Amino acid sequence: MTLEDIKKPKNIVYKKTPLLTDTVMHYCPGCSHGTVHKLVAEVIEEMGIQEDTIAISPVGCSVFAYNYLNVDWEQAAHGRAPALATATKRLNPEKYVFTYQGDGDLASIGTAEIIHACSRGENIVVIFINNGIYGMTGGQMAPTTLLGMKTATTPYGRDAKLNGFPLVLAPMIAQLDGTAYITRQAVHTAPAARKAKAAIRKAFEYSQKGIGLSFVEIVATCNSGWKMSPTAANKWMVENMFPKYPLGDIKDVLKQE
Amino acid sequence: MAFKGAIEVDTQKCKGCSVCIENCPTKSIQLSKMVNSKGYHYAEMIGDACIGCTNCAIVCPDSVITVYRVKI
Amino acid sequence: MAEKILMKGNEAIAVSAIRNGVDGYFGYPITPQSEVMETLMKEKPWETTGMVVLQAESETSSINMVYGGACTGKKVMTSSSSPGISLMCEGISYLAGAELPCLVVNVMRGGPGLGTIQPSQSDYNQCVKGGGHGDYNAIVLAPASAQDMYDFVDWGFELAFKYRTPVILLADGIVGQMMEKVELREMKPRRTKEELLAAAPWATTGKTADRPYNVITSLALESDVQEKFNQKLQAKYKEIVEKEATHTEYMTEDAEYLFVAFGCSARICEAVVDDLREQGIKAGLLRPVTLFPFATKRLAELSKQVKSMMSIELNAGQMVEDVRLAVNGACPVGFYGRQGGNIYTPDEIADAFKKFNNLK
Repeated sequence: MTLEDIKKPKNIVYKKTPLLTDTVMHYCPGCSHGTVHKLVAEVIEEMGIQEDTIAISPVGCSVFAYNYLNVDWEQAAHGRAPALATATKRLNPEKYVFTYQGDGDLASIGTAEIIHACSRGENIVVIFINNGIYGMTGGQMAPTTLLGMKTATTPYGRDAKLNGFPLVLAPMIAQLDGTAYITRQAVHTAPAARKAKAAIRKAFEYSQKGIGLSFVEIVATCNSGWKMSPTAANKWMVENMFPKYPLGDIKDVLKQE
Repeated sequence: MAFKGAIEVDTQKCKGCSVCIENCPTKSIQLSKMVNSKGYHYAEMIGDACIGCTNCAIVCPDSVITVYRVKI
Repeated sequence: MAEKILMKGNEAIAVSAIRNGVDGYFGYPITPQSEVMETLMKEKPWETTGMVVLQAESETSSINMVYGGACTGKKVMTSSSSPGISLMCEGISYLAGAELPCLVVNVMRGGPGLGTIQPSQSDYNQCVKGGGHGDYNAIVLAPASAQDMYDFVDWGFELAFKYRTPVILLADGIVGQMMEKVELREMKPRRTKEELLAAAPWATTGKTADRPYNVITSLALESDVQEKFNQKLQAKYKEIVEKEATHTEYMTEDAEYLFVAFGCSARICEAVVDDLREQGIKAGLLRPVTLFPFATKRLAELSKQVKSMMSIELNAGQMVEDVRLAVNGACPVGFYGRQGGNIYTPDEIADAFKKFNNLK
């Protein structure tokens, strides 16, 4: 069997979903954003909900998410995506509404919006990319930056006395009665990415059950901001980010005990 | 049952991040010595060990890999 | 005969929103406009028209909920008072930049800072000149009665959708709190899905096979793209200035002296005009009903007819600058105002008028 024999359309087992546009992503090589975009796009394709999906992009690197996913988009002011999503969903309850937000957007400037959207039990999906740094503005400290981690605004490492402690949001919002599903995932390996995709799908499905907000945190890399190669960043994430932000489900109100 | 696989890389869109290489269980991917128009050394398949597992494609941030597989 | 009901201006806003097919209201309590949301919550329109009403966690969130709702092509609104409007200015700038229709009600109170909870007109500059960042204007309507509060809701949405721009209903604590008879106009149902798609083909209603996906954003990044967009906005504002400037006049036909006042001040000035006329002084009043666009053209005409003009405002002198620009030196322009929630009496204004014009 030759290579040409294998490379026939009938033998395709994986190709780019048409829910992704052909626009080349502006993200740095190896950036987790691209992988998460793809997983969300695949979930929307597999669920057949393109016409029923309204997406909301944040301010930060993923502000341009609207260039890559073939669905209707609203681009929010910094941190306000959950407020947009709240109104979008309440006025259009039949739609699947999701926000896509980074750690600066969601866990710093947008803490009020995310906490109250969770508390009200908005039936939306929140995809939260936690890479512990501000990518777009040049690698400054994020609320989720680890202690000791060097960034443009913590050049000697994050010091609790000077900068406070990392904000661990998922367990906080898990305590709120309005949340239905809180999980923390990663996309650095194929098994991790498959689990993350299943979690995203569950979140989308939950959002139509009227049981509250679903929150998928993706512990991610920013290799440019971290000043590492993409593969070294993945390794660093496993060794340093995962102990502080361990993977797995934190809350699932429908899980059978 | 064994599989025989192959990948096709959209070389113009590949940014050479190497995440696929790390995730390949059969070590069937390397960065080309050639570069694309953006100057990136792009990913390419090597050898005939590929089993079409799709690991490379699912972790590819730029969704540039198409995977083929046949049963043998 | 249409039904007339005695109600507060703030209540008229709420009743009008329900009766004019508004899809959503998002707000946060603040004196002196809390009756708007209180009335909506009491009326429970979600059980009748299907209107969504939500108390947000802040004004920041309210205006961004309005942004989200407006993205989907719905008729959405919020209301607040001065300090809350300051918080909303970022959002209003985004709404203008994303060309989204919406209605923002500002029932003004005295500032700066936390200020007073008494009536004021000191947000004229903030609302008429932009308020948020960037080159933009919102259309600004200035109601002077509870009936105006009722009627301007529908008018506001008509303009908002016609021009895809935020509309501010700039009221004050008097107009909001005062009880008057309000005629309830014929009810308008909320838009159907088909009507919405026709009125807002740009909206995020879900990407269908027959169109590319819609994106609502105010981001350009590239200077040339941003400049071109800004020129498009400015062309829109020019059209609004040419077509939508609205004002009323009282006793101006033979007027030798002109008062210029909006909102509650215009009603007080009507009494001043009557008093002065009884004393043989030919005074008149021009009330700008839209503040952006402004009655520039008519004021320029009147500047050639009258001996002087006087702008009467519950602030330190904000609209008077626009009056002076309109008059462009053709006649003297005076100002009288009160601040801090204090309100002038007609006699007080008449005295200031006589002093300015050296009349006995």
